[in-house]
Amino acid sequence: MDDLFEKLSMFANFVWPLLLLVGAYLIGSIIERRHFRSIQKRERDLHDFPVVSFDTMPDDWRVSSSAMVTGSIVISLDYFKRVIAGLRGLIGGRIKTYEPLLERARREALLRMTESAREQGYDAIFNVRLETSRLANATRDGKGTAGVEMLAFGTAVKMASRFG
Amino acid sequence: MKISSGSMAISNTESIPGRKIVEFYGVCTGNTVRAKHVGRDIMAGLKNIVGGELKGYTELLQDSRKEATERMIEQAQSMGANAVVNVRFATSSISQGAAELFAYGTAVRVV
Repeated sequence: MDDLFEKLSMFANFVWPLLLLVGAYLIGSIIERRHFRSIQKRERDLHDFPVVSFDTMPDDWRVSSSAMVTGSIVISLDYFKRVIAGLRGLIGGRIKTYEPLLERARREALLRMTESAREQGYDAIFNVRLETSRLANATRDGKGTAGVEMLAFGTAVKMASRFG
Repeated sequence: MKISSGSMAISNTESIPGRKIVEFYGVCTGNTVRAKHVGRDIMAGLKNIVGGELKGYTELLQDSRKEATERMIEQAQSMGANAVVNVRFATSSISQGAAELFAYGTAVRVV
């Protein structure tokens, strides 16, 4: 009986977190790769749609109507990356595992904003702004919901003629 | 997400493209505080293991931001404005489970 208990507690303390870590690493990297592929494909589709961060429009844009558009995403780290980042936090330095997460969230938010503008029949977006906000606290042991929200917004315009 | 309400023109620039501001009414604001849903949080807890988008939260925040924007527009309308320019958003975590979404801008009359 003691033997069984020992095995169980060993499983709970060492084997299960390890399995979780390996599983999270595998599934997490598959999800990330697929997301990046989808982002690249959609960015290629939208390459001729002007999205600029100037706060004034180029002089040759003749606008007939405008509206504000937004795009947002809430994204979370996988368990593996969070553990690595937690360890990194002890010694300091660059946390590489966080960088692709924020990058893909930002690109996704921009894409959603651009796609919604195109669906509504607009021709360009200017004064694009990006905002990042943390949703909840991530604890170092990997528990607790950890999410980052990325918001992209801008003013979409319909052109009367581009080179009026 | 589309943000527009009837005849109100909304923009995050200092003017409405192609139109002229004739009158300023001042700052208008709108906010909403939302708590997260238990069901959504369980799903988010699972997603926290494998990573990726927390769709429930994305939608929750979009809806809340829309509501905050609509309240801002209502306030602008009650001031007599027909447009809101220089719109900004802010998000703040009030506590573990709740967040405030806030939208503000300058109410103006454009022609």
